[in-house]
Amino acid sequence: MGKTLLKKVWDLHTVRPLSTGQTQLFIGLHLIHEVTTPQAFDMLRARGVGVAFPDRTFGTTDHIIPTLDQARPFQDTLAEAMLSALERNCAEYDIPLWNLDSEHQGIVHVIGPELGLTQPGMTIACGDSHTSTHGALGAVAFGIGTSQVRDVLASQSLAFDPLKVRRIAVNGTLGNGVFAKDVILEIINRLGVQGGVGHAYEYGGTTVDRMSIDERLTMCNMSIEGGARVGYVNPDQTTFDYLRGRPFAPKEDAFGRAVSWWRSIASDADADYDDVVEIAAAEIEPRVTWGINPGQSVGISERIPVSGAAGSNGAVAEALAFMGLRGGAPIKGTKVDVAFVGSCTNSRLSDLREAARIAKGRQVASHVKALVVPGSQAVRAAAEREGLDQVFRDAGFEWRGAGCSMCLAMNPDRLEGNQMCASSSNRNFKGRQGSPTGRTLLMSPAMVAAAALAGEVADVRDVLPA
Amino acid sequence: MPLRGDNIDTDRIIPARFLKAITFDGLGDHVFEDDRAAMPDHPFSNPAYQQARILLANDNFGSGSSREHAPQALKRWGIEACLGESFSEIFRGNSLAIGLPCVTAPPDDIVRLMVLVETNPATQLALSLSDRTVTVDGHRIPIDVADPVRDAFLTGTWDATGMLLDEFEVVRAVASRVPYIRGF
Ligand code: SF4
Repeated sequence: MGKTLLKKVWDLHTVRPLSTGQTQLFIGLHLIHEVTTPQAFDMLRARGVGVAFPDRTFGTTDHIIPTLDQARPFQDTLAEAMLSALERNCAEYDIPLWNLDSEHQGIVHVIGPELGLTQPGMTIACGDSHTSTHGALGAVAFGIGTSQVRDVLASQSLAFDPLKVRRIAVNGTLGNGVFAKDVILEIINRLGVQGGVGHAYEYGGTTVDRMSIDERLTMCNMSIEGGARVGYVNPDQTTFDYLRGRPFAPKEDAFGRAVSWWRSIASDADADYDDVVEIAAAEIEPRVTWGINPGQSVGISERIPVSGAAGSNGAVAEALAFMGLRGGAPIKGTKVDVAFVGSCTNSRLSDLREAARIAKGRQVASHVKALVVPGSQAVRAAAEREGLDQVFRDAGFEWRGAGCSMCLAMNPDRLEGNQMCASSSNRNFKGRQGSPTGRTLLMSPAMVAAAALAGEVADVRDVLPA
Repeated sequence: MPLRGDNIDTDRIIPARFLKAITFDGLGDHVFEDDRAAMPDHPFSNPAYQQARILLANDNFGSGSSREHAPQALKRWGIEACLGESFSEIFRGNSLAIGLPCVTAPPDDIVRLMVLVETNPATQLALSLSDRTVTVDGHRIPIDVADPVRDAFLTGTWDATGMLLDEFEVVRAVASRVPYIRGF
């Protein structure tokens, strides 16, 4: 029996088995940002230990930064205090920090791959649950809490429970207007928000093989929403082509050597999986969430579930009450007040292109506030070079600076009252977008654009340009 | 304190706006703030439960964001242990790291305990990690807690930093054999 990528990477990074039954793993790359680190650095100081591998640690700022007025000090004194703390901590411990004045700044899960920091076969940790994103390049990437951030800073290692591996094979061709976001929403809907507990999700099959890295990033990003600890795609030629020439990718001869090693750490053809799930791409249609967790989604032509349906356990009723939606009604036609294209799930150049393709030459409905927030300064600059900013502005979208923005609303971008938001982000939890009663409908960026234009949930396939 | 509901996520336990701080101080005051505002008889607002030290939860408690602020807020409010049907992995790990045990029991037992406490909020539960039981009215109900977690609490080794630094030379040795650090 062959081995999975997870097993190979795990073995290579094993420091030692611990008496707790866990394994101590070396962490090859530690990414930090302003929200989950100030307490970790304080705990470090309180213990009198330093940062073990400052050269394997990189910082950026994303969660709290305003996307409109970025003049310092920020108007929000709490946000200012958080960024200042990160600046102080990075300076004190010699950790590189890509701040607002850096062309490398952006959402931590967008810049890691973009800069070539994220590479196949690495172990990666970051104090943010969507760290699973980095698995798209064949890394094993863990979202961690603040005490664990402290532990990685102190020891460049962490203790982990063993993981099972479930291979999720998606085969066939996706229909027009169906995207990686729809595939992952379908997977979470089928396997449940807890389906992945104790597992790594390995995504494969002909559909995933043909996906770009951007699309694989979207898939891996939401692994955590399916309960999986990590998600990954085996590295292949698409991965190598993506990495070549990126600032932190290996150069010249080292690149060739790296590719041979990267190939070797992919799962073997006869690898031993704990579980295999097969999904037919042709069955997937554009999806929209109707509830308050990312598993609660339906296809655009389907109806919202009725509460009391078998196995619904009160959850449907609670979700429908919060969302103000009627069980049995079509999801299509649900009125929206806000449209948000952004977040580490869907704010890369290809996402903005898909949204712009729908928006081009059309107008956002008059009652809708529509926002496009690129995931990084590099994405923003590239989009502007292609004129996407103008396409969006002409259509009535606001074009913003890079950051997390309305994904979790720790900055001024937020829902008000019970606004309904079509969003390309990853979480539709109650209150996630900043207003306790605000409501979120997750969908692909193209579907968000279609909803912005129609002023209601629409089928992007009806408005696809020929 | 019984807190009914499956999939209660960390955004609900502590809404994101309270993450905007450079310490964990004061988080206890904001635990479930939005849920409590929407629901005046929320268990965390109920005068009968203000002394509660054990939180009773249903399925997949603590899902969603990896924010350690969630167990921090519960602990700072006064919760000293969580007993539920199941917990999200990251939440359970974060709780362990700050000395807040999350242990499980079968759904039927949890529901029975919830009803008991709802009927009589003065009900006393005694949770014992060493015996792996929760005792109520003289009845002992088995709970599930992994050996390593139980040992970690009983021996006080849940603070991981020391353990991870114990053999730091091995960490260095692993670093020097990893191809991407060696330069391939
Ligand atoms: S975009 Fe959203 S999910 Fe991604 S890192 Fe930022 S806040 Fe977290």
